[in-house]
Amino acid sequence: MMPTTRATTRRRPTDDAPVIRAALLALAVAIFALLIAAPAAIVLAGALHLGIGHYAHAIADPSTIAAARLTLVVLAYAIPVNVVFGVAAAWSIARFDFPGRAALVVALDLPLAVSPVISGLVFVLLFGARAPLGAWLIAHRTPIVFATPGIVLATVFVTFPFVARELIPAFASLETSVDEAAIVSGATGWQLLTRITLPSVRTAVISGVALAAARAAGEFGAVAVVSGSIAGRTNTLPLHIASLYNAGDSTGAFAVASLLVALALITLAIRWASER
Amino acid sequence: MTPHRRRRRALPGLPLTLSITTTGALLFVVTPLATILATATRLSNGSFAAVALNARALAAYRLTFGTALSASALATLSGLLLAWVITRYRFPGRRLLDALIDLPYALPTAVLGLALTAAYTTTSLLGAPLAALGLHVAFTPAGITLALTTLGIPLVVRALTPVLATRPFDAEEASAVLGATRWQTFIRVTLPTITPALLTGAALTFARGIGEYGSVVFIAGNMPFRTEVAPLLIMTRIEEFDDGAATAIATTLLAVSLTLLLVIARLERHAAIRAGLSPRTRQ
Repeated sequence: MMPTTRATTRRRPTDDAPVIRAALLALAVAIFALLIAAPAAIVLAGALHLGIGHYAHAIADPSTIAAARLTLVVLAYAIPVNVVFGVAAAWSIARFDFPGRAALVVALDLPLAVSPVISGLVFVLLFGARAPLGAWLIAHRTPIVFATPGIVLATVFVTFPFVARELIPAFASLETSVDEAAIVSGATGWQLLTRITLPSVRTAVISGVALAAARAAGEFGAVAVVSGSIAGRTNTLPLHIASLYNAGDSTGAFAVASLLVALALITLAIRWASER
Repeated sequence: MTPHRRRRRALPGLPLTLSITTTGALLFVVTPLATILATATRLSNGSFAAVALNARALAAYRLTFGTALSASALATLSGLLLAWVITRYRFPGRRLLDALIDLPYALPTAVLGLALTAAYTTTSLLGAPLAALGLHVAFTPAGITLALTTLGIPLVVRALTPVLATRPFDAEEASAVLGATRWQTFIRVTLPTITPALLTGAALTFARGIGEYGSVVFIAGNMPFRTEVAPLLIMTRIEEFDDGAATAIATTLLAVSLTLLLVIARLERHAAIRAGLSPRTRQ
């Protein structure tokens, strides 16, 4: 900002006093350590507390493997739905004006303001054994609630606006003349999207997918309502952690939780790397 | 907003993308809300009040809104501090701190709840010293507030970092050169420009806190009338196959949180206009 060479050594009038600076920095690090770092470290320490053998045993348990498999199935549905919807929403909302555009933007924010438990309740009301549609589906041997379809639906519902929220501002910030040039030169909309638009907002795509994946793998409330927590069948990894913990196996719960801590750290690392 | 957006009708793809978006919004936003409301209207007024406004439910709302409000205030203060340090100071580990701030957002809520409970029970590393001071965290409303604050911090930091990083440098410098103290500059110049972002962070934390289940269920203790939050009460009613009661409580919770969100969105616009900024487009 300041052209003089002395500016690097002298304190600028908008800099905080060294004492204030040190105090604020110490306080910030303390808050981070007490609320974020320490609890994560305690999970990892608790997981290994009875030794690596016990840890491996908890991870390799058939019910843990089944829970991990179900979580992967959920991700395999939730992520593509999220991406297709997110790209469509960003394309239409960020680039066109149409009646009801503002209402659509508000509608996208709503799922984030609704309790996950209420999201789960919706599926019980629609597809539960006490609902006409649910009773009919159960009679035809395709139960939704207390089965995999309900878990997938609830997760898609909860994570649904994640990619859209990252992509809308990213699409809106792109230079419009490039699009026009591409279209005038004869590119189709699909070519414009896949060759120009998406590559230029790569960071937002990666960030949105990473957050949606973390949330989908970790969703608890909505899934807890529709799953029934049948061990080995309708437990996702977070539900399995709760089952283990409630059964008094806290070391096992910490061991499975450590997998999800690792997944969260990988998510953050991917975002970090994509932003550089 | 901008004139060139209206010109861009030449761009293809609106019918397809808009129908996908609208179908998604109808399926995943309108249908669920309509289902809840339709179920709620089938209850008579008397039975609605009996299940949604009885003493246990009122205690749950009080706890839910009270802890969400305290957490919103605490997360706003802590988030401001962390965002300030990350954007304004240069120190070793700054980028790592910046990345790890998002951990509570990326972590499954159940894992966060489990971790905080393990850290703050009366016999654990952080809980024992606090218990010696007479402050019991796990299985009390303080524990719920702690979990909601932790969840809120990344929301506040993410709302603030863009505005703190691209602050009106000139205004702050002018204020300082004209003789204002650092504190006066912060209160009179910096704070008004970041107020809309602060309100956004506070509102997001509050909205998240009202509905939170995964982390709270571990740390709360879940005693009716004392540490039972409204989402947990909904869960309990669902497990008792009492869909009517669950829906009535859910409707009450939805009504309050959506009203508050609208009020806060309005406040945000006013703050933005007063600060001389164009109203921030919601992301």
